[in-house]
Amino acid sequence: MDFSLTKEQQMVRKIVREFAEKEIAPKAKEIDLTGEFPWDNVKKMAKADMMGIPYPKEYGGAGGDYISYIIAVEEISRACAATGVILSAHTSLACFPIFQWGTKEQKEKYLIPLAKGEKLGAFALTEPNAGTDAAAQQTTAVLEGDHYILNGSKIFITNGGKADVYIVFAMTDKSKGTKGISAFIVEKDFPGFYIGKVEEKMGIRGSRAAELVFEDCVVPKENLLGKEGEGFKIAMVTLDGGRIGIGAQALGIAQAALNEVTKYVKERQQFGRPIGKFQGLQWYIAEMATKVSAARHLVYYAAWRKQNNLSYTMEAAMAKLFASETAMEVTTKAVQIFGGYGYTKDYPVERLMRDAKITEIYEGTSEVQKMVIASNLLKM
Amino acid sequence: MNILVFIKQVPDTNEVKIDPVTKTLIREGVPSIINPDDKNALEEAIKIKEEYGAKVIVITMGPPQAETALREALAMGADEAYLLTDRVFAGADTYATAKTLAKMAKKFDYDIIFCGRQAIDGDTAQVGPQLAEQLNIPQVTYVKEVKIEGDTLIVKRALEEGYEVIKVKMPVLLTAIKELNTPRYPSIKGIFDAYREKEVKIVTAADLGVDPQEVGLKGSPTKVISTTTPETQRAGEIFTGNVKECVQNLVQRLVEKHVI
Repeated sequence: MDFSLTKEQQMVRKIVREFAEKEIAPKAKEIDLTGEFPWDNVKKMAKADMMGIPYPKEYGGAGGDYISYIIAVEEISRACAATGVILSAHTSLACFPIFQWGTKEQKEKYLIPLAKGEKLGAFALTEPNAGTDAAAQQTTAVLEGDHYILNGSKIFITNGGKADVYIVFAMTDKSKGTKGISAFIVEKDFPGFYIGKVEEKMGIRGSRAAELVFEDCVVPKENLLGKEGEGFKIAMVTLDGGRIGIGAQALGIAQAALNEVTKYVKERQQFGRPIGKFQGLQWYIAEMATKVSAARHLVYYAAWRKQNNLSYTMEAAMAKLFASETAMEVTTKAVQIFGGYGYTKDYPVERLMRDAKITEIYEGTSEVQKMVIASNLLKM
Repeated sequence: MNILVFIKQVPDTNEVKIDPVTKTLIREGVPSIINPDDKNALEEAIKIKEEYGAKVIVITMGPPQAETALREALAMGADEAYLLTDRVFAGADTYATAKTLAKMAKKFDYDIIFCGRQAIDGDTAQVGPQLAEQLNIPQVTYVKEVKIEGDTLIVKRALEEGYEVIKVKMPVLLTAIKELNTPRYPSIKGIFDAYREKEVKIVTAADLGVDPQEVGLKGSPTKVISTTTPETQRAGEIFTGNVKECVQNLVQRLVEKHVI
């Protein structure tokens, strides 16, 4: 058993951290205030080959390992969680299904520019009436000659309206239930594809969550991803990986809060001494640090299993569940320790707390993670 | 064209703390980095490679863990990396270091040698110039801009207030300052390539063919007896009044202090 990162992974951590601290972190506050999509960050990450870390070089990726990718999401999220989710959704949810189920032509046409960061990707499963019950898809796809016609809408789509390539799920055969769902690669310019409402969010405000509308949207037949009826499986397996990414995002947010706290309690004086001298706060900090460390081990373990082609559905769910709840707890405690200052925008902890909340919700709520864990354990 | 870049791995001084009792650097747990000026030297070499075509060979002398600095240099875009590491190299002052590095440089057919102006741990700014002397080639220090015209470099050398433009034939040694450029981040792909497809070659004293008596501590004329933090006791003095009075007072004080 070996808990140490390889030299390669250590270098990835060092370089991404340096990059995130110098290039990403200084703009995080402004991005949160304006809700402006951080294109500049995306371009810089693309230039540094960060948009396709775990994919082979022949498909435009960096040819790296999955743990290195997860470390990158963690470090970017530590600086700016909104930028972290753009990276995670792009890499885990858009690139991955094309890499895993795409034909050679689909990989060449779509994965290469995505993994190089020349194009941005998104994943569209959630609908107004198909959230946790993702199988209740109402978007339909009907084959007409050499193309499918899509009708319906998707909501809360990360990178929606900013992405060039969308993995879209739709019913091709309602009579078959989940076996009637199919996946499609949809380009932003396909006729009949529109962007609807853009959400005003509590946190990760620089990232985009938008509605996608399909009105007789024309999708070429060759853009079917996998086979007809494989869509639900594609979505679920993809989300398994995505959850490791969100776990890493949550981990980054939690680590950022912990770092802010350890700095603050040494500086802030009350009753004639730094507040870090008080045992009450020391216990808080010890608990926070322990949970962050536990979260990191769960997240890296899930990533390690994925890298080594071991089953990781349950481990990814555990990692995401624990890391996101840790992020929420640690950021809330951080605000408490900062007191009144923590509630203001003078310090980043209130932003971290708002950013943390979504990690308990998207790519499967905490409750969904528990369903996944229990069903894997009990197999009932 | 071959460009040799000499770099040094140093403790990140932003993270360094001084032991209040011994007054020495606490190096434990302090991350190591490529010396900042050396990174500017490396960046410029890689830029020259991209613009004119060149092979960038990066060299360092240090303990085995200095390999990390070389891997980072490879990840930035250097082509070859050499680590001069041997127990007998340890404890070298700038003279012994320059002498050892010169031996290494002579193994290559080089056009430009790039060094950083100075390292943030020792701050001597001597190794670059001494290396040029050992190799008997021209040197330009404090370089803030480089242009290539055939076999000639047009170099801007920073001065306190302004710069001078120097035309110099290759081979030449340049020392870089931070104004020269902004070093790139190694790309993630570059990191994987640096570990999987590139090599850090180890060079020992025997490989270099140097006499162990002439390198490292034994080959160093400088002996460090002790290191102390200077105590500032003298306070500054400000003269007021008109210029004539001030000058008179200043001269008088300098005479009193036996300065003039």
